[in-house]
Amino acid sequence: MKHSSFFWFVLPSALLMLTFIAFPIVSVVTQSLYQEHEQVIIEVENCGPFGCTVSESVDQEATAALREAQPLGQWAGLEIYKDRNHLAFAEVGEAWTSSVSMRDFAGTLMNLPFYDAIAFTLTYTAIVTPLTIIFGFLIAIGVNAVARAMRGPTIFLSLLPMIVTPIVGALVLFWMVDARGVLGAGLQWLADDPNLSVKASTPLMWIMLMVYGIWSSAPFAFIVYYAGLQTVNTDTLEAAMIDGATRWQRIRYVVIPHLVPLTTFIALIQLMDNFRVFEPIVSFSAQAHARSLSFAIFNDLGGETRLLSSAAATSVLTIIGVAILLSPVLVRTWRDFGKAR
Amino acid sequence: MKIWKNAMLGTAVAALTATGAYACEADGRVSIIGNEFPAIQTVAAAAGACEGVDFSANLTADHQTLNVAGMTGNPAEYTTAIVANSSIVALINEDVIRPLDDLVAQYGQDIPQQQLITVDGKVMAVAFMANAQHLVYRADVLEQLGLDVPTSYEEVLAAAEAIRAAGVMEYPVGGSYAAGWNLAQEFTNMYIGTGGEFFTPGTAEVSINNAQGVEALEMMKALTAYMNPDYLTHDSNATSAEWEAGNVALMNMWGSRTGVLMDDEGSAPEVYENTAVSGPLTVGDSGTPATTLWWDGWTVAKNVSDADAAATFQAMAAGVSSDILNDETMSQAVWLMNGFEAAPVNEGVLASVAAGSRPYPMRPFQGLLHTALGDNIADFLQGNESAEQTLADVEAAYTAAATEKGFLQ
Repeated sequence: MKHSSFFWFVLPSALLMLTFIAFPIVSVVTQSLYQEHEQVIIEVENCGPFGCTVSESVDQEATAALREAQPLGQWAGLEIYKDRNHLAFAEVGEAWTSSVSMRDFAGTLMNLPFYDAIAFTLTYTAIVTPLTIIFGFLIAIGVNAVARAMRGPTIFLSLLPMIVTPIVGALVLFWMVDARGVLGAGLQWLADDPNLSVKASTPLMWIMLMVYGIWSSAPFAFIVYYAGLQTVNTDTLEAAMIDGATRWQRIRYVVIPHLVPLTTFIALIQLMDNFRVFEPIVSFSAQAHARSLSFAIFNDLGGETRLLSSAAATSVLTIIGVAILLSPVLVRTWRDFGKAR
Repeated sequence: MKIWKNAMLGTAVAALTATGAYACEADGRVSIIGNEFPAIQTVAAAAGACEGVDFSANLTADHQTLNVAGMTGNPAEYTTAIVANSSIVALINEDVIRPLDDLVAQYGQDIPQQQLITVDGKVMAVAFMANAQHLVYRADVLEQLGLDVPTSYEEVLAAAEAIRAAGVMEYPVGGSYAAGWNLAQEFTNMYIGTGGEFFTPGTAEVSINNAQGVEALEMMKALTAYMNPDYLTHDSNATSAEWEAGNVALMNMWGSRTGVLMDDEGSAPEVYENTAVSGPLTVGDSGTPATTLWWDGWTVAKNVSDADAAATFQAMAAGVSSDILNDETMSQAVWLMNGFEAAPVNEGVLASVAAGSRPYPMRPFQGLLHTALGDNIADFLQGNESAEQTLADVEAAYTAAATEKGFLQ
């Protein structure tokens, strides 16, 4: 392709990517490097229907000029990243020197909000991603074996969890696992413990969030695999059958090798999605038990006083986290691409 | 994005204009952003009935995420925000609302002094209703066991033990203990009840890691032993649902939500007929009730023309005048206007005011502490760490956030 035609060919998508991906990221990175101007605190008397109280207030006039001159705030460099609510270098360093054991150190680390969030986020990603792929594959194999007349309805049913809006799907499950819900009461009966409550236990809450994660994203893996299954070479399959290969052997030696590139694709998408886990934590009111990086961002922006820089810093850390997670897959794709040429 | 709630407001406007009680006429734009509950809908409808104004209202539970952004532009999208004593500070901090003294002098001489919210001598808002959390109890359950209505949390614990021991209810205590805003609010109540001060006066330095802080946390934990084990997921809505299901006999609840508990919808007669309210609870012997007083009021945006500001002021003043009180609206809130007649459902809030409860602090950095509390207290209630550790975590989380916002250096 000529250079000029290549240029015009990619221009629209390059422009869109710049506008909707690159610029917002630049703006978030910039925001994370600034903090608000020093606020002058004065004591004032506030009066209202319940009488008067002396309270602190911000001297607006004192900071108005500063704000006008530097609307972004004052330069903070990496201070926000290093503070206690993010990477907490000072606290981690102190814990490292003062802890008597690794266990003690881990306990202190998990008490810091960022490390607590990253622990859940990574566990969630590490468990949900492979299970999504495995379940998606099994459903695809199963649906592919169903009689042709029944396939349409089966595919529709299998896709339902993905069609249902995440927040609604999560709420339905949340009510079902309530101590008085179908699943909750069932669990109590199974465990023979009338006081068992999923919502009150951190391990059970983590399991429930992960079950929800797998339930809602397995259909995505399923539909990709199902499409892939339609392209498996039937000659090879028939040849394998004539050679006396069992169903399992056909899957193991013919189907799975054919689907490996798709697995890379699903893994990429799922790693990114799972690292940004958010909706189930809100729907399950699980914030007492589990917090993710995305939830931390939401929390910073949802308070009465919004912490824009803090949210921006966490966003940048999330982007870095996704990049690190994806790097092995990306390196591999890059190599394959080089080989293909 | 403009969300017009005309369809919903329309009927209320029709009902109000039909009575002909409205003598409001102004020329300009009136655009309301505010929370969504019946009392606010009444106010918005009455303001919209003002003749000659270009009116719109966006009433939504997400108003706090919209009001600052919607008032920052020039001209501002919203000419007025309906706020409470906690949320007005965000608007003052961002400098998006204007002092109302000149408008009060020109158009608002009829507004009683008690409704004017002044900060440093300047009128910043006009309050129209009061709210507070107070005890709600099941009269039949207490009577059955011969218990008096508790006035302190210590008595609540004793009553709860008696109810459980008698086998009437397994989890007789309710409370909005959902991790986050609700839980932080309960701590704020309890800490104020122990006589604690949140900050070193005159500064933004937090000081809650003290004996009162521990006392407040210990009392909260003692109460949770009598709550449904899922309490960390129960916000005010879920707690009200537990009440209506008849599972709870004692709880600290918002006055604005008790009307729903006492009406005949959503619960069995034995529940709603026996639902009664009483004053705020105390903890320890500080003498300060363990609750906070709240007001809801309206403001006027800074970045609007003088004509729009004047029209907004006149419309909103009409929206909160005594004329809006009628048989239907009277019980919607504890109105601050002259002419309000309290119903039994309002007694809890009035008792809270009479008992000398403190208003929720109007500090610019109280919201940051609230968030830090909501994020950390659950760790203590779940038994993961000591009270001192939790309070130290809250202080550290607050300090980092307050440094970022420029309150601390």
